[in-house]
Amino acid sequence: MISELTRGERRLALAVLTAVAILGLALAVAGRGDILAVHGGLIMASAVVLMFFVISGYYAPEPGEERFAQYYDTPTKAGVVLAMIWAVIGMGVGDWVAWLLVYPEMTFDAAWASFGRLRPVHTSGVIFGFGGNALIATSFHVLQRTSRARLPDQFSPWFVLIGYNLFCLLAASGYLLGITQSKEYAEPEWYADLWLVVVWVVYFSIYLRTLMRRQEPHIYVANWYYMAFILVVAILHIVNNLAVPISFGSAKSYSAFAGVQDAMTQWWYGHNAVAFFLTAGFLGMMYYYLPKRAGRPVFSYRMGILGFWGITFMYMWAGSHHLHYTALPQWVQTLGMTFSVMLIVPSWLAAANALLTLNGAWDKVRDDATLRFMMLAVVFYGLSTFEGSFMSIRAVNSLSHYTDWTVGHVHAGALGWVALITFGSIYAVVPWIWKQPSMYSNKLVEAHFWLSLAGTLIYVFAMWNSGIIQGLMWRTYSEGGTLAYSFIDSLVAMRPYYIARAIGGGFFAVGAVIGLYNVWMTIRQASAERAEAPDAPVVPALARSLQAGE
Amino acid sequence: MIDHDTLVAFSKSYGLFYLMAMALTVVAYTFWPSNKERFDEAAKSIIDDEDTPCR
Repeated sequence: MISELTRGERRLALAVLTAVAILGLALAVAGRGDILAVHGGLIMASAVVLMFFVISGYYAPEPGEERFAQYYDTPTKAGVVLAMIWAVIGMGVGDWVAWLLVYPEMTFDAAWASFGRLRPVHTSGVIFGFGGNALIATSFHVLQRTSRARLPDQFSPWFVLIGYNLFCLLAASGYLLGITQSKEYAEPEWYADLWLVVVWVVYFSIYLRTLMRRQEPHIYVANWYYMAFILVVAILHIVNNLAVPISFGSAKSYSAFAGVQDAMTQWWYGHNAVAFFLTAGFLGMMYYYLPKRAGRPVFSYRMGILGFWGITFMYMWAGSHHLHYTALPQWVQTLGMTFSVMLIVPSWLAAANALLTLNGAWDKVRDDATLRFMMLAVVFYGLSTFEGSFMSIRAVNSLSHYTDWTVGHVHAGALGWVALITFGSIYAVVPWIWKQPSMYSNKLVEAHFWLSLAGTLIYVFAMWNSGIIQGLMWRTYSEGGTLAYSFIDSLVAMRPYYIARAIGGGFFAVGAVIGLYNVWMTIRQASAERAEAPDAPVVPALARSLQAGE
Repeated sequence: MIDHDTLVAFSKSYGLFYLMAMALTVVAYTFWPSNKERFDEAAKSIIDDEDTPCR
């Protein structure tokens, strides 16, 4: 990995790591006596370990000119492996907290094992750890292919990937320590948020610099989705996390917003995180890997463009549907509801486009579990966008809000759409970049597919039942005009569904473990092949192409 | 002095027209006849590439 960096890039890496280590040390010193010291130490330790790693390869020969004849896929490889590791962690913790709801006493009397601390480890682990790493890894891969240009340099992709994972590590470890700013999907505190801004700006600059050097006249639609994801997440992240820390020596900060403005900012962020992190980025994946795997161009490129602009314009206004029946002005609630209902049009454009692309390749869907992952993802995308529009209607929301129906809806989207399209894309990209004819075991891909499908269905049906029962119990009145059920009554009614949900989630998590094993064995297979390669001098790629042109 | 009602009136009217204008622009761009060839080319180009960068 270090041998792929030029000498100048190795120096730059050491300089950046030194700066990060000093910042970590400064946080640790300023935060002594505060929990911040732990994170300062963690940042410094991470930087120092990486410095030793860079120094160990510092005097390795520099990469030659022939590198420009190849795409730079090593960051993608690392990102895929990291995504699968985070999938196992995030989904494992998810199943843990699911069982915690069945057996609430299972906290070992330890603060870190309480539901409130473990749940964000699950949500951040799957959304940012698994989803984010998969987005970064695939975006580098797709960007280079669709631009027919290599990444602009060898250092910045590593900065983005490693810097992003440092953020994820700070997030997850912070929750266990009790560091949180209590904003849904934006729990990390100010110093982690500032760090992510730096990482994100570099990420966007990689995109722009590669596109500027592209050899294709048109920017393929997948890149539009990826760029919308990067750009809008930057805006959302900065605005929602505007906060003032108590001091530079404290992990705690206070938001710049208060009251209903705070709630509106948070759900503007929260719903657009769904739109631009969990939808736009993964639609970018879908628009590249699905046509590629099916071997057919996308059914209608125009539908792709219309869908893109529809999603980017309309999602921005949908967030207020999270705040029906609150102090938010009625017309703002109605605005959010209206845009959410209209969103069905661009969402179904994308889903229909993908399914119509597969029309004529259904035999491949039958035979190839990788393509079937993507097909099923699109079906779940269509279902959950319909359900989302429906649930945003105020009258429906009065039944569904604060119940498990919402949890079911989120997981129909997160398991059914996000995770399935990611697994499909990973199974497509892993043999491709490790130059293998296929995954280590196609049977294991099949097993993963059926475990995922079964797990998602069990999960979603359990939560639909649970949520509607819960909603109905909360609004049932006795003849005397009092509530017929206490809150505890509704909890007791939930228990069987919580058991079912934990089993379904378990299926899904086991599938992810199988996926990680399969990816790992494919990598081992590839490195074993390289080791067996004949004992001959390496002919540079340039020399070979000259001979061929004689 | 700008009060809440003024802002609401502005955002409701301006918001309507700029979203309609954007929608018309996007539809025009998407269905502009001379763009068709470019879009078809882009859709096809990802299927048959040789997996090395153009130099």
